[in-house]
Amino acid sequence: MSVRTLPLLFLNLGGEMLYILDQRLRAQNIPADKARKDEWTEVDRKRVMNDITSTMFNKKFLGELFKPQELYSKKALRTVYDRLAHASIMRLNQGSMDKLYDLMTMAFKYQVLLCPRPKDVLLVTFNHLDAIKDFIRDSPLIVKQVDETFQKLIEVYGCLSAGEFQLIRQTLLIFFQDMHIRVSIFLKDKVQNSNGRFVLPTSGPVPWGTDVPGLIRMFNNKGEEVKRVEFKYGGNYVSAKSEGSFDLYGDRGLTLGTNMYSMSQPVETHVSEAPKNLPLNTSKASPAPNPLAKEELNFLARLMGGMEIKKTSGPEPGFRLNLFTTDEEEEHAALTRPEELSYQVINIQAAQDQQRNEELSRIMGEFEVHDQPPQNTSKGDDLLAMMDEL
Amino acid sequence: MYRRDRPLLLRSCPAALYNNLCVLPLPASGLAQFALVHGSNCELLSAVPSGLPLSQRLLHAKEGAGLNLPLITQAYWCVLPFRVLLVLTSQRGIQIYESDGSVMVYWHALDSSDAPPAQALFARGIAASGHYICVGTWSGRVLVFDVPAKGPNIMLSEELNEHRVPVTDIAAEPAQGQDCVADVVTADDSGLLCVWKSGPEFKLLTRISGFGIPCPSVQLWQGSVAAGFGDGQIRIFEASSGALHVQINAHARSISALDLAPEAGKLLSGAEDSFVHIWKLSRNPDSGCIEVEHCHAECVTDTLVCGARFCDPKGSSFAVTGYDLSEILRYSCV
Repeated sequence: MSVRTLPLLFLNLGGEMLYILDQRLRAQNIPADKARKDEWTEVDRKRVMNDITSTMFNKKFLGELFKPQELYSKKALRTVYDRLAHASIMRLNQGSMDKLYDLMTMAFKYQVLLCPRPKDVLLVTFNHLDAIKDFIRDSPLIVKQVDETFQKLIEVYGCLSAGEFQLIRQTLLIFFQDMHIRVSIFLKDKVQNSNGRFVLPTSGPVPWGTDVPGLIRMFNNKGEEVKRVEFKYGGNYVSAKSEGSFDLYGDRGLTLGTNMYSMSQPVETHVSEAPKNLPLNTSKASPAPNPLAKEELNFLARLMGGMEIKKTSGPEPGFRLNLFTTDEEEEHAALTRPEELSYQVINIQAAQDQQRNEELSRIMGEFEVHDQPPQNTSKGDDLLAMMDEL
Repeated sequence: MYRRDRPLLLRSCPAALYNNLCVLPLPASGLAQFALVHGSNCELLSAVPSGLPLSQRLLHAKEGAGLNLPLITQAYWCVLPFRVLLVLTSQRGIQIYESDGSVMVYWHALDSSDAPPAQALFARGIAASGHYICVGTWSGRVLVFDVPAKGPNIMLSEELNEHRVPVTDIAAEPAQGQDCVADVVTADDSGLLCVWKSGPEFKLLTRISGFGIPCPSVQLWQGSVAAGFGDGQIRIFEASSGALHVQINAHARSISALDLAPEAGKLLSGAEDSFVHIWKLSRNPDSGCIEVEHCHAECVTDTLVCGARFCDPKGSSFAVTGYDLSEILRYSCV
């Protein structure tokens, strides 16, 4: 559908990823003078945030991203985030990466669904970018990268019509279709139901430019109003206060897309599958064996060719970050994950035989960093004990 | 008053697209067929009032070039004088099937040669008037197909070039026999409505300009155009003059579907605010102006409504679909 969807999808999911990582890294921080070599410190956190952000906003990469194109599969996109999450010294295993990706996607699905007007998905994106700029505010070069992306967004999306934004929203909702993963922070805030579907409020302000429902006005042939009738519409809406700012700086006027993992709250990122009585059609949705593989691989190669990843091999061990309470839990989650939800990079490996794309082989080579070095006295281990309930 | 009946279970959840439900009442009493789209599939099912589906069928949009399966944008039964055809629109083109989806009788590929690079290609908006089927496209062009009484010999007879932005929906009403009676209305992404008199050559009668707000759904009833907009408003115009007669602050979010029960003059509206409303339209005997009365409000809790249709011409029952909702909700008069 809309060929303008990918940049918004990528930036917002990326923003959610940074929120979660920042929160998790802060929770594991040890003051630098007390930290052992394998423990996370504030310096490490900043380094991870900076590395991932500068990779995410790499000029060449964004150039590819902003080219008009269709959305590819969830698997293909997941591969991009796997790589992005490993753009620094931090290492995530399959279980934590799955959980991270689930949290990111459900958060953005919620934001798209609740967006007052289709156009406001741009404000949600700006909220993410505003927060990212704050994360990396000590690195003027990266701030400049983010600002350039801001300009590009304003340039490309500023002139789109309401109809085009509605098409973008419909495309995003098709992408997120059938994802009903329950997230504890949403369940606790009562914005998600136990069946995994989100709560749609029937009160509060209406979108900017919309009148509060409840009035019928009738006109005669001369255009004069001849009758006004009120009716009970069943909701409890109020007028919109103001429109959010679509400029580089300003009040976005909505909280969707801001950081909901604030430090004051205990870490609450538990995810669980929706009850099984719901027909989960993820697997049925793709009847064909996947004729896309080649097209998709080309897309990934192009996109990730633009990502400049600093090699972290060498004497420095990659720091591990676990999104579960214990390692056992993490392993268990990876094992018990329903088939249709596991995103292994199998179809990437299939291309290794073909050897048709040098660039891709290089990328895949780097993917092997996944299989951690065995001398794994990871920084994560001791810190796990300190982590609150996840 | 309407009461919720047993829902119909679906194999897949409907996509969040405009007018994502079509209902075809079958001659057998109470029997109806339902069509809705999900990704690159169209799901067809027929059911009796007890809620038991009798038959289910999945159609795929597999025609046309390219590896990526195209997304279907709309499914609609066109009731023509001698036959009923099921029309599917997708990112690649237009597929026309026999009404049960068993045989595809016609395929029209979209012309992408003059498309700017950032343009999404698709067909959307389907209606039948007489023996013509009208289908809207991404460019704003409306394709008119001439359909024979039987057989696959469907011809593209005309292209209407009045819209400049993607068409959203098309509605038609059987002509009353007089000359120059509006029987087709086309709507687009900018809210522009064009009113036509169908025939071997379609004649433009009125243009009703929009305000940049999309018009996802439109209906035609006794010479009046009812249009549902992206700002939640329903506006009713005199088709011949374009004069605004009624303006309803109906919904708090974009309207996604309108439907009309012609025998009762009832209008059904469904929107992204999770509400479905039923309105009664009538003509004031003195002034001749259209008037509206609110009849019923239904909150489909936590559901982004994407399709809503009456199941019979009297409007005594209706069906609703929602994004991520794996059933068709049904309501009937008590």
